[in-house]
Amino acid sequence: VTSSGGSAGTAPVKPPGQSVRPVTLTRRLADIVRASEEGAWRWSALVAVILPLAALVFAVTVLAIKAFPAIKVNGFGFLTGSVWGGKGGAYAATVRTDGVLHPAGVEYGAWPIIAGTIQSSVIAVIFAVPVSIGAAFALTERLPGWVSRPLGFAIELLAGIPSVVIGLWGLLALGPFLAKHVYPFIGNHAPDVPVLRYFRSPVGEGEGLLTAGIVLGLMIVPIIASTTRDLFSQVPTLPKEGASALGMTDWEVAQKVTLPWVRSGIIGATVLGLGRALGETIAMVLVGGSALRLAPNIYQPFGTIAATILSQLDGAMVDGTGFAVATLAELALVLAVISVGVNLVARLIITRSSRLSAPVGRGA
Amino acid sequence: MGTAGARPIVSTRRRRVSGIAFRAFTYLSLLLILGPAAWLLIGVVAHAWPHWHWSVLTESLTTEQTGGLRNQILGTLIIMLGVLLLAGTVGVLAGIHLAELARTRRNGKPSGGVLRLASDILSGFPSIVLGYVGYVALVLGLHWGFSLFPALIILSIMVVPYIAKTTENSLRQVPTGYREGAEALGMSMGYSLRKVVLKSALPGIVTGLLLALAIACGETAPLIYTAGFSNTLPHALTGAHDQFPYLTYAVFTFYNEANAQAVDLAYDAALILVVLVLLLLVSTRIIVARTQRYAEGRRG
Repeated sequence: VTSSGGSAGTAPVKPPGQSVRPVTLTRRLADIVRASEEGAWRWSALVAVILPLAALVFAVTVLAIKAFPAIKVNGFGFLTGSVWGGKGGAYAATVRTDGVLHPAGVEYGAWPIIAGTIQSSVIAVIFAVPVSIGAAFALTERLPGWVSRPLGFAIELLAGIPSVVIGLWGLLALGPFLAKHVYPFIGNHAPDVPVLRYFRSPVGEGEGLLTAGIVLGLMIVPIIASTTRDLFSQVPTLPKEGASALGMTDWEVAQKVTLPWVRSGIIGATVLGLGRALGETIAMVLVGGSALRLAPNIYQPFGTIAATILSQLDGAMVDGTGFAVATLAELALVLAVISVGVNLVARLIITRSSRLSAPVGRGA
Repeated sequence: MGTAGARPIVSTRRRRVSGIAFRAFTYLSLLLILGPAAWLLIGVVAHAWPHWHWSVLTESLTTEQTGGLRNQILGTLIIMLGVLLLAGTVGVLAGIHLAELARTRRNGKPSGGVLRLASDILSGFPSIVLGYVGYVALVLGLHWGFSLFPALIILSIMVVPYIAKTTENSLRQVPTGYREGAEALGMSMGYSLRKVVLKSALPGIVTGLLLALAIACGETAPLIYTAGFSNTLPHALTGAHDQFPYLTYAVFTFYNEANAQAVDLAYDAALILVVLVLLLLVSTRIIVARTQRYAEGRRG
């Protein structure tokens, strides 16, 4: 056995302070330990890497099984109906439909909260994208490093602030401020034409769709801004300098050189931000007003899927038939499908059109 | 594109104005982000500071919702520690698999596409949906009740993809020469992984872990569905049906109480959370700065 060189076999000179040993039991044992260490690394790493996939399959399976009775009873009206709860309530007599036990007279229609989820997320994206791109420009192209680095860190800190704290600030500080100083101005001047009608008064107390959209926008700004900043700093300098040398203004350089270079990355980051906005819960419970109807105008309380899942917990625990729990599972399944779809689109855009990797995580 | 001369020439004045407008827009957008961020931070500090007592850290909450947040703070720290152990182990091992152990396919692309996709999808999964799965499967299904373990498992599922990704990325930045050198010296695979590869990727891995902890300590919605809502620490951590306290829940509920001291406590909890996140983020910055200073080949 010539498993290890050096001291074994033909070497005539003894290394100082070390005796020549034949292949002994201890050395065999050491080999076994080495081999088994490698095995341990390989197997434990394999198990660990399969766990996320297993968790994903488990989560979707659990939701699907749990939601099945609700899907059977609620039917397609779940996606189009706009009454949540119906006349019955949790204390009504229980009846059986299609073999599923549920309180009499229940009716669950999720259209208003599905629409509210999409509305608030779209407002968030409309607010966040231009602001993020502008801020990324200021950080990479304008400000010197000793200014832009701390400011960049401040944006990353914004990503780390717990959403319950941001929600509380939106509810107690931002919402009332906007409702007092900004919304009346928009509300009283918006013309009575199809789309802008939605912006007309009354403006409410600041707890509603527009405030929620702005708060959501602030929460996804760090994702989009820090990705955009990294993308901008990867744009080669020569084309930009060349464009400047041809006499282009800053805006023309940005419009004709920098932005086209990183467009796909920004789109990908935007869709990821959209995905996060769709799933945000606690801030939407606080700022959105947890209504179960469509907001009559952009300032009024509304509901999102995530906020409804959380705020209906008490109701679900009261319903003895378990039908409310099943319905919430159906709702969670709808949200999962929407956000996974959005996420897959983002990955597709990123991998198809650039070699840059997608930003990781939930924006922290 | 050779027809530029045929286009109407934009007047110099308009070009200059649009340039200035663009410049103003970039600064305005920076202000629109940093203004609210500063307003938020100053608001939290301004609400919490005037009535701040250090006893908030050491006293526990009374039934009249006065006193301190000792239980909530300990609860959050225990949850963070549990997530570090559980998600840290799984996530780092998963990252090692993706970067080091997964076989390379014949076309030169690394394998594990499905696993990586699952990880990506999971990282974009809404936390409330995971929380609800925890409620249905662990709290109700396994009869664990609202307690620490469902919360740890669900939070870990949330952050494992994140840790795996940062681990994989920092392992990929270890120069191949290190691995080849270790192999040439006759090191076993396990030894070289421990002593050479992981060691030089450690700063990146630790950064990822700290950011994952920042995510974990700020979550509310999935915890309400798994840890429940309690103001006292249970006697045993392993107990089923022992609801578990945490800071974010104090923020979420106390701000709305009629009792002024409870409202103060909500702001105290918010301040503690913000300071916690700030500490975590600052330490990642320090780690990154130190490793860049001592790195052999500095990147531009």
